[in-house]
Amino acid sequence: MNGDTQSITAPHPTAREVWHHVRTELRPKGRLLTSFNVISGAVIAVGIVLVIIRFAFGLGSITNLSQAFPWGLWITFDVITGVAFAGGAYVLTFMVYVLGIDRYKPILRATILNAFLAYVFYAGAVLLDLGRPWHIANPIIGNSFGLSSVLFLVSWHFALYMLTALVEFSPAIAEWLGLRRLRKLLGSLTFGAVIFGVTLSTLHQSGLGAVFMMAKDKIFPLWYSEYIPVLFFVSSIFAGLSMVVFEGTISERVFDHLITSKSRLSRADILVGLARICAGTMFVYLFLEVLSLTHSQTWRYLWSSMGLWFLVEVVGFVAVPCVFYVVALRQRNFLLIRIAAIMTMVGVVLNRMNIAIFAYRWDAPHHYIPSWMEVEVTLAIVFAEIWAFRWIVNRMPVLSDPPLWASEQPKHAST
Amino acid sequence: MSRNGLSRRTFLATLGVAGASAALSTITKAKTGSSRPEFRGMLVDTTRCIGCRDCEVACAKAKGLPMPQLGMAELDTVRQTGTTQLTVVNRFNTRNGFAFAKRQCMHCDEPACTSICLTKAMLKTPEGPVIWRGEKCMGCRGCMISCPFDIPKFEYHSANPKVVKCDMCFDRQKQGKRPACVEACPAGSLTFGTRRELLEEGRRRIATKPDAYVHHLYGENEAGGTGVLYLSASPFKTIGMNTSVDREAYPELTVPFLSSVPLILTLFPVFMLAASRARGGDHHNGEVPR
Repeated sequence: MNGDTQSITAPHPTAREVWHHVRTELRPKGRLLTSFNVISGAVIAVGIVLVIIRFAFGLGSITNLSQAFPWGLWITFDVITGVAFAGGAYVLTFMVYVLGIDRYKPILRATILNAFLAYVFYAGAVLLDLGRPWHIANPIIGNSFGLSSVLFLVSWHFALYMLTALVEFSPAIAEWLGLRRLRKLLGSLTFGAVIFGVTLSTLHQSGLGAVFMMAKDKIFPLWYSEYIPVLFFVSSIFAGLSMVVFEGTISERVFDHLITSKSRLSRADILVGLARICAGTMFVYLFLEVLSLTHSQTWRYLWSSMGLWFLVEVVGFVAVPCVFYVVALRQRNFLLIRIAAIMTMVGVVLNRMNIAIFAYRWDAPHHYIPSWMEVEVTLAIVFAEIWAFRWIVNRMPVLSDPPLWASEQPKHAST
Repeated sequence: MSRNGLSRRTFLATLGVAGASAALSTITKAKTGSSRPEFRGMLVDTTRCIGCRDCEVACAKAKGLPMPQLGMAELDTVRQTGTTQLTVVNRFNTRNGFAFAKRQCMHCDEPACTSICLTKAMLKTPEGPVIWRGEKCMGCRGCMISCPFDIPKFEYHSANPKVVKCDMCFDRQKQGKRPACVEACPAGSLTFGTRRELLEEGRRRIATKPDAYVHHLYGENEAGGTGVLYLSASPFKTIGMNTSVDREAYPELTVPFLSSVPLILTLFPVFMLAASRARGGDHHNGEVPR
């Protein structure tokens, strides 16, 4: 625990004390001129310039989008894939709060924070892609509810889930500010938020797949089936958890000083547990893929260049990492778990990009390839999210233990 | 469902009229009459089209768009509608010689674009035209992803971009006029009317000249029924029409997902509460992970 947080020791700090605390915390901690900071800072700076150009001259000025390809990298990777990777939060909160599996608690806050920031930054990237973003509130303020629209559901759920994830994370903010009464109040909201969040996530993770249902004639048959929503939902479970494994691997190195030895010990068991769930859900996913191929009788497409590409995705980046997970958890091989996690993440990226980009109008004469500027802006968003994550983790009790007063609160404080 | 759209409409209108006369209320009758107009549409008889492209010119004038290039060279390539041209006439070399086919929005009875639209910017008007409303649209381009005919076009090089497509001259229709293209057509290739009348007229033409037409009205069932109907002398594929389009209305494809939403929304929380209770969980502790 750092000194600043400890400085608020009074039971109920005054507003002035809280403000002073926030101001001292705003200052950067640690060295500014690291190679990561320089590179990511430059990428973000260029990204800001590109975004200004985009808003001044339209989407066509920096993207390769066209009339035939209205959705490109920003929607497919940033929004659709980013949200799938945020799925770890609803899965872990479900396990900890609903099923009562306390084992996952040490990584819970980092996962929730990661999901919240993913929605803010990646789902937020939709603002760059919307042609008329000044009307973004239209579906919410209800001057015209498109009630039969899948996108309407998804947009509401994005907004609500962002709020839900914030509520789930908010106790950490209250602990950071030393606000005990608020901490107690926010803590009492967590269980409700979790139930709400899991329900919302089920619907909008699958809803993102349902968005493509009407593009029936445009998506290569191997990738299009009525199972898309279910496949999106199931894959969000192992996508999210693989992200948790990946993020945990990085965090353990970068934020080494914040992790206590007690939680470090439990991390090995957590990894094995996550690997088990990933393997299980990936098996279900593969089963559903086989079912969908059989159902829509698209087997015959497998022996073609698109078919081989499909097999690369489903066998190479779902079946193989699934086997890796199984082998790794039996041998408690943590390196293999991490390799499997990265392969799984690649597979999810491939899947979302295939449906929305590569297998979308696979036969078009001028196929969409993202411009370097689209890639640059995407990288800028990823780096900005990492900066936000790092800033918060270095200040609030996310990986580190909560302050003593919060731990000492009686268990049934609010009842 | 979709194919019965018209008959359901007529049925409801009849019901309304019957109810109104039973209640002897002229107000109800008038209301029923005005709130349930029949869809209007357009019949494109490609066998009559001479490829003069007066419709393209009339459309550009009516919408204040740049005049289309009228050289013969344009006819050598199959053109698409775009942000500056809402209708195009393409030439096809068929087994019956050259055929011309006009393209524009099909004005589906149950459009995919209005179904995906989360702000109702794309709207199927009760009069028939599918229109775009800039004050609602947030520019997500879901309509372009969903439209089976690839009609909505987006202004990628504008800071205030519009989604552009044919609106069957909705403004002219409100003044009691016909769409500009129909009015301009010198060859009688375009007919404007209620969809019901146009279906009858199309069938009548096929019946009177069975050798001159393919015995199919494109748009009668395509995409669940469209407001623009086509007649052709050669198979529709050979005049550039999308023949792999579904016979069901496209919004039906989202129905399985959308109908599962209320179930999940209500049952999931109950199941989770039950699961938590069953393991003896306490809902009020809000404890911190550590």
